[in-house]
Amino acid sequence: MLIRRAADIRPSEITPESVFHGRRALLRAAGFAGAAALLAPALRADEIPGRYRRLGTLRSSPLSVRETPNRFEDITTYNNFYEFGLDKGDPAANSARFRPRPWTVTVEGEAEVVGRYTYEDIIRPHPLEERISRLRCVEAWSMVVPWVGFPLRDLLKRFRPTSKARFVAFETVVRPEEMPGQKGRTLDWPYVEGLTIAEAMHPLALMVVGVYGVELPAQNGAPLRLVVPWKYGFKSIKSIVRIRFMETRPPTTWSLAAPDEYGFYANVNPRVDHPRWSQATERRIGSALFSPKQPTLPFNGYAAQVAALYEGLDLVRNF
Amino acid sequence: MPTLRQVRLIGKPVVFTAAMLPLAGLVAGAAGVPAFQLGANPVETIQDTTGIWALRLLLLTLTMTPLGWLTGRSWPLQFRRMLGLFAFAYAALHFTNYLLLDRALDAAEILADIGKRPYVTIGVIALTLLLALAATSTAAARRRLGRRWQALHRLVYAIAILACWHFWWQVKKDVTEPAVYASILGVLLAVRLGRHARLRGYRL
Repeated sequence: MLIRRAADIRPSEITPESVFHGRRALLRAAGFAGAAALLAPALRADEIPGRYRRLGTLRSSPLSVRETPNRFEDITTYNNFYEFGLDKGDPAANSARFRPRPWTVTVEGEAEVVGRYTYEDIIRPHPLEERISRLRCVEAWSMVVPWVGFPLRDLLKRFRPTSKARFVAFETVVRPEEMPGQKGRTLDWPYVEGLTIAEAMHPLALMVVGVYGVELPAQNGAPLRLVVPWKYGFKSIKSIVRIRFMETRPPTTWSLAAPDEYGFYANVNPRVDHPRWSQATERRIGSALFSPKQPTLPFNGYAAQVAALYEGLDLVRNF
Repeated sequence: MPTLRQVRLIGKPVVFTAAMLPLAGLVAGAAGVPAFQLGANPVETIQDTTGIWALRLLLLTLTMTPLGWLTGRSWPLQFRRMLGLFAFAYAALHFTNYLLLDRALDAAEILADIGKRPYVTIGVIALTLLLALAATSTAAARRRLGRRWQALHRLVYAIAILACWHFWWQVKKDVTEPAVYASILGVLLAVRLGRHARLRGYRL
C-alpha cells in the first residue's frame, strides 16, 4: 500500500516575494525568534509533574505534524471522558482512584490468535514513537498532542485477523468504583467504538500509551487508548479492555445515544455541520483570548493520507 | 422588617456587590490572577459563566414577587429591577462574548448561526425582549407607558421560558442541569397561576 504524505509545500508555506527580497530584515527578526525558541523547550519539560513515569527513548514519528503541541496542563485538565464526569475538569479531578495496572485486554472474534493479554503482553514487541497529532473534538475545539504509542496495525496483525474481519470493535473498561461517572446512566456503559478494518490498518491509527514522553494519565485514557486523528475525538476510545474482530459493523456509543448527531464514521468534515453547531471552524485550545477560530480542514488536515479510504462513499450521508 | 431606608442603604449595595462577583471573577481570570484562571478554553468559560448567571439572576428576579407574598413583606419587590437589570447585563455580556471572542464578528457566520441553529435563534429572541424590558425599566418610562408597562413587562415570563429552552437545547447529552433550572421556573410560574386562580375564586 502506498502511504502518501501531505504535499510538502503548502501554499501557506510559500515565502511571499516581498519577504524574500527583505531577507536581511528577516534574519534580524529571526534572531529574536531564535532566542525565544531556546527558552520554550525548558518550559515544556518543567511542566510535567514528576509523578508520571517516563517512557524511555522514543523515536520521533515521520507522521508527526509540524505544529506546536498544547501545554501538558491543558492536555491533562481539559478532557471529555464521561466515565469520570461531564465537565472538562472532571476527568482530572475524579480519577485519583483509577488503577491502570494490572490491566488485561481480551482479544476475540474473527482472528486466528485470540485470548487474554496483559498490558505488558500488548506493548512489549512494539518500539514506541512520539507522534504529534491534531485532535479535533466534535464540540469544535482542537489541540495538538505529542502522543506516545505504536501503529494500531502492528498490534492487530499479531492476531492474524481472518478474511471475515471487516470491522474492529473496541470497548472501555467498566469500573464504577474507580470511575464515578459510570454510576449514572449518562451513556450506556461500557463505551464502545469501532473502525473498518481498512481504517484500523491505516498507519495514522495509533495505539497510545503515553503523552509528552510519560505514561498516560488516567484522564487521558490510561493505560491504553486509540488515537484516530482524522476523526472526531470521540472515536479515539480510551482505557481499552476488549478488541473484537467482526464481520458486521459494531455499535458505537455516541451513534447509539444520538443517531442523528453522531455517525459511525465521524470523519472530521467542515462541510457537514453538527445539527446544533457549525463544524466549519474550530477553537484551538491555548490560543490567545482574542484570536479568531481557525478553519477546520477535511479529515482534520489528513486528507492526503486518508481520503482514499472513502472513495465513492457519500460523506454527507455517512457522517 | 427592613425599612425602605435600610433596603436602599444596605440591601441594595449588598445585592449589587454580590451580583458583580461573577463578572469580577472573569475579569480577574482574564487579567491572569492565578486563583481565577479561566482554564484551557477561556472563551467557553466566559460564555458558560455569563450565560448561567443571566439565567440565575432572571430566576432570582422572578422569585422576589412570590417571596413578597410568602413573607407578607414588600421589601423583596424593591430588588426586582436591580436583579432584572443584572440578568440583562450578563445576557448582554454572554451575547457580546459570542459575537466578539467566539465568532470574531464574522457577520456571515453569525447570521447563519442565528438563522440555522434554533438554540441561537431562541437566545437572540430572549435577549431582544430583555433589552426592551431593560430600556423601559426607568420610573419615567413606567409613567410614560402607563398601563401598557405592566403588559410589556409580563414578557419576562416568556423570556424565562426561552432562556431555559436555550440552555436545554445546547447541552450535548446530560440535561440534568437545565432540567433543574426549568423546574425552578416551573415552580415560580405555578405559584403565580395558583394565586391568580385563587384571587379570581377558581377552585383548584
